[in-house]
Amino acid sequence: MSKKFFSWNEDRSLYPPAKPDGTIDIDLSSHKYLKIWHGPQHPGITGNMSLELTLLGDEVMACETHVGYLHRGFEKLMERRKYIQCFPIVCRVAVPEPDFNEYCFASATEELAGIEIPEAAKWLRTLVLEMARLQSYLMWVGGQAGAFGQGIIGQWTLYCRDLVLDRFEELTGGRIYHMYIIPGGVRGLLPDGFRERMEETLRIIERFMKDVHSVMFNNSVFKKRSVGMGVIEPEWINRFGIVGPNARAAGVPMDVRKDDPYLKYPELDFEPVTGTDSDIYTRADVRRRDLLLSVDLIRQIMVKIPDSGEIRAKTPNVLHWKIPAGETYSRAECTRGEFGYYMVSDGSEYPRRVNVRGPSYTHAVSLLEKMIINVNIADVAGLMVSLHTYPPEIER
Amino acid sequence: MEFQIDQVIGNLNELFGGKDHHRQRKGLDFITIPKEQAVAAITYLSNPEGFKHLVLLTAVDWLEQGQFQLTYLLNNPDNKQDLGIRVLIPRDQAVMDSIHDLWGQAATYQRELREMFGIHFPGSPRVDQPFILEGWDGPPPYRRDFDTKKYAEETYFPRPGRSSNDPTEYMKHQLYPDE
Repeated sequence: MSKKFFSWNEDRSLYPPAKPDGTIDIDLSSHKYLKIWHGPQHPGITGNMSLELTLLGDEVMACETHVGYLHRGFEKLMERRKYIQCFPIVCRVAVPEPDFNEYCFASATEELAGIEIPEAAKWLRTLVLEMARLQSYLMWVGGQAGAFGQGIIGQWTLYCRDLVLDRFEELTGGRIYHMYIIPGGVRGLLPDGFRERMEETLRIIERFMKDVHSVMFNNSVFKKRSVGMGVIEPEWINRFGIVGPNARAAGVPMDVRKDDPYLKYPELDFEPVTGTDSDIYTRADVRRRDLLLSVDLIRQIMVKIPDSGEIRAKTPNVLHWKIPAGETYSRAECTRGEFGYYMVSDGSEYPRRVNVRGPSYTHAVSLLEKMIINVNIADVAGLMVSLHTYPPEIER
Repeated sequence: MEFQIDQVIGNLNELFGGKDHHRQRKGLDFITIPKEQAVAAITYLSNPEGFKHLVLLTAVDWLEQGQFQLTYLLNNPDNKQDLGIRVLIPRDQAVMDSIHDLWGQAATYQRELREMFGIHFPGSPRVDQPFILEGWDGPPPYRRDFDTKKYAEETYFPRPGRSSNDPTEYMKHQLYPDE
């Protein structure tokens, strides 16, 4: 793939030749290069991680990622807590999408304990997961637009996100961290009038997304800077463990909702959204269409979801709950791809080991370091946001 | 030829000394492979058996048995099958062969395991550079014998005028006051 993007300098005689593995020899004492830190406090970084960039002119020649600013040692903390006590921890693993953590942790616990959850709880969980996807995408649209200088779009979509958070608040009591999906089921049924208010929220989001489509996706500045930029080759998908929209934009229909159906997704009618060109523009468009798919799925769920019924299976006293020894892996499709919890129990009241498999782990470290070479310093933020990475889940 | 997970398990048992096969649910199996055969078995699974997606690589510390369990979770996307490869290595000689040439992201996992569990993967890129814990000189913190509470009590000091509850007692009182 020839590199031809907006900021590409055609005169390559100024730049040192690349070795077969894509790296170059950098002699810092030649005074040609400049080393700068991009992050950890930088609006263009999604969260707190930093990139150590080596620049020649305004082009990135080498990059090393540094994480660790958000390390809280959650996996270790969980080994000292009972299963129910882990719940306030797991939702904080990936800050903007707590519900996928809650679901994966709860379903892994239920599988090891041999608990089957009631039908209504499955529908409510599916609803909450789709609402979480919707609000996370809305925040991402703002980030992607802002990284290319369109700050106003972020204000529109964050308004829409706030409306989704209002719905979360009336359903769960919390706006960001919900702790709604608990082992055995969920914490409550739909409140009165929720359907109508949800429908109104979805209509507002659709109206704003039409504007976003006109202003962002048909904007010549956005197109010039994103088309052909940051291409993920299809053969990298398995080589680097790329999942979710980043893989779907390359034409690979990877979607856990279809590939390994969970909860009520088999009863919903949808097809994974895919693209062809695999550049920043295509990835953005795949996410925009996935957002609208999420709106459609919430409408389908709202028709089928029961208003009453059992929402929680009976569990033992959670403070003396011994989970039988075993190991399992539970996964769900979050906005960035496959999200999973690997859980090992030794038969005691405490988890032996919990490991979080977050998609940012591969996207933000090994993949980003590879893709960022030869990118203009002004486009680094846009590239990073287009991979949709959340540093909190890298270091947990 | 049609994909059969039982056939794959049979081959692993026969060719690579696999044992302790366990089917957790349909589509998720676990099997233990001896350390010497593990990388060969994983290479065989990635091609020709089609387990081309490395889902995760992590370690479990079985302190009582003096062993680390490395778990390589592989996914076969075409046949919707997950296979967890358990590899037991001694805690006092925590060295394992690297698989970074099969999957690029494995280097990051191995770097984290080196830092958090002290498991060495010779030859893995940047494996000796600090990943999350810059400037850490204590023992690998995710090992079971590293006591976070003791470390925190020795390293930090409580601010005067603040009190805290024992979480277990406090929750018991809140949830089950009669028990």
